[in-house]
Amino acid sequence: MSQPRASAERGAPSVGHAEFVPGGSPARPRDPSVLLVLLRLALAVTLALTAIIVTGCGTPSRPGGQAPGSATRSLTVAGSTSVQPFAELLAEEFMTINPDVSVSVQGGGSSAGARAALTGVAQIGMLSRPLKEDERSLQAIVIARDAIAVIVHPSNPVNDLTIDQIRDIFAGRVTNWSRVGGMDHRIDVVSREEGSGTRGSFDEIVMGDSEVTPAAIVQDSNGAVRETVAGDPAAIGYISLGLLDGRVKGIRVSGVAPSVPNIENGTYRIVRPFIFAVRGALSPHAQEFMDFVLSPTGQGLLKAEGLVPASADDQP
Amino acid sequence: MIGNSAQYPVRRPARYGEAIIERALVAMALSAIAVLGLIILFVFREGAPLMYKVGVARFVLGAKWSPSRGVFGILPMILGSLSVTLGALAVGLPLGLACAIFLAEMAPARLSSVLKPCVELLAGIPSVAYGFMGLVVLVPLIRRWFGGPGFSVLAAAIVLAMMVLPTIVSISYDALKAVPAAYRDGMLALGATRWQAIRMVILPAARPGIIAAVILGMGRAIGETMAVIMVAGNATKIPSSVLEPVRTLTSNIALEMGYAAGEHREALFATGIVLFVVIALLNVVARLFAGAPARGRSK
Repeated sequence: MSQPRASAERGAPSVGHAEFVPGGSPARPRDPSVLLVLLRLALAVTLALTAIIVTGCGTPSRPGGQAPGSATRSLTVAGSTSVQPFAELLAEEFMTINPDVSVSVQGGGSSAGARAALTGVAQIGMLSRPLKEDERSLQAIVIARDAIAVIVHPSNPVNDLTIDQIRDIFAGRVTNWSRVGGMDHRIDVVSREEGSGTRGSFDEIVMGDSEVTPAAIVQDSNGAVRETVAGDPAAIGYISLGLLDGRVKGIRVSGVAPSVPNIENGTYRIVRPFIFAVRGALSPHAQEFMDFVLSPTGQGLLKAEGLVPASADDQP
Repeated sequence: MIGNSAQYPVRRPARYGEAIIERALVAMALSAIAVLGLIILFVFREGAPLMYKVGVARFVLGAKWSPSRGVFGILPMILGSLSVTLGALAVGLPLGLACAIFLAEMAPARLSSVLKPCVELLAGIPSVAYGFMGLVVLVPLIRRWFGGPGFSVLAAAIVLAMMVLPTIVSISYDALKAVPAAYRDGMLALGATRWQAIRMVILPAARPGIIAAVILGMGRAIGETMAVIMVAGNATKIPSSVLEPVRTLTSNIALEMGYAAGEHREALFATGIVLFVVIALLNVVARLFAGAPARGRSK
């Protein structure tokens, strides 16, 4: 609002005819009616701002806390965006069985999930990678396992790559599809941003000591990576197996297709755990939710979505 | 409103009221400055320790960004921000200026009263809509016509150019309109064509306002995040052509903040410091460039 006005003032002095300046309006600064309007406006803005600040500050400090006198018990689950859609599904189902508990699921990423659980901002943190050194004070419960599918455009003739080839492509050592049996065209590498759980697992399982090339296109979600690869015949990326659909092609790794049976029998190698991390003892309703997730009903839901149920030997 | 000012000094209650109102307004104006100061203080407090630890020169001039391995160099992002911003101006300034000249000097009043609000409406479209349009339309077009992955400096520059157009058009328009009609009439009376009048008198007279438009447009372009994330590709490598992906300072923060903890998080705040300094420098340079000759002429 003030910008065009300021510019008009800036534009005017050079020509020096005050009577022509559009900004020099006839309203006198001492006119009480103008001031009153201004004051009312300022009051309204201040009140609105105060309201925003008060509510804005109030929410994160006690997101899972029960409102005093409220009958509904609430539970906050936060973290990995890879786990988020599955947790939302579980929460929905859980809330239909237990209408008195309200479960809110939030994204933010694996590291944020661990931090939320550590600081108590959320009762349960979601991670799509194993705990790191400084997160060891959390207790990790594997709720399912997920494969990371390496994806290419459906028109790409390449169907099968070894882990070494995938590593060389993502490290920028192989930059043309013809070197891995494809067309003679530059490879567009699509990766996730630093800190993402999917990126972290991919780095750990596939890249090892190599680094993803800085020339890689970086997208900030599984969906955005899929969108990019679906639109670019020369692209290669990686996404959670649960999100694989017909718009992209999940390639075989050393002859093994990314699929639930192949994760279960251990032949598909790019597999990572989906984890619910908690600090200390759980509140009763958080425990109820956790029991539900690990129950046959909860695990069945996850399996129907393309994840591999957690087995007994997943748990510490 | 104009003629009756003499009656007010007599009404005492109004003067007390005025004193209160004046102070309240001053307090509000100062609180805006205080908020700005607090933000600067906070960002510097969070980011400066890491910058100091890594070394300012290594942080600013380092070409490698690998926070999970403790390597923090943001030169690619600085160059990225500058390249998409300059690209946006290269595309948007000629277009915007031409549009403003047409609306202010050439178009019939009724046409410009319809067109100007339309251009200003562009500013109301949320940036994510521009980004999505760029992603769905522009990126595939660039990939097909010019090669490369499509996510590129060029895509970001074009999307940003669309976004800075309303700023450049409406502020340049105001500056052109502020040029006294006598200048125009005098020039035409001397036998100049309309274009000669525009080029030799009106544009130079409106120059400070037009440069202000460029500064504000540049500010919008360098600060834009969402649309750029969607079309620029966000690679951390210094691009060697306009068809390569690039990451800007703002995208760097927005992309990684959700996952960042510890040093990584501090590095993102330090990125914010650099962004702040870059914007401050651009403003100072542009203001010097804009201000000096104008002041010289008016005295």
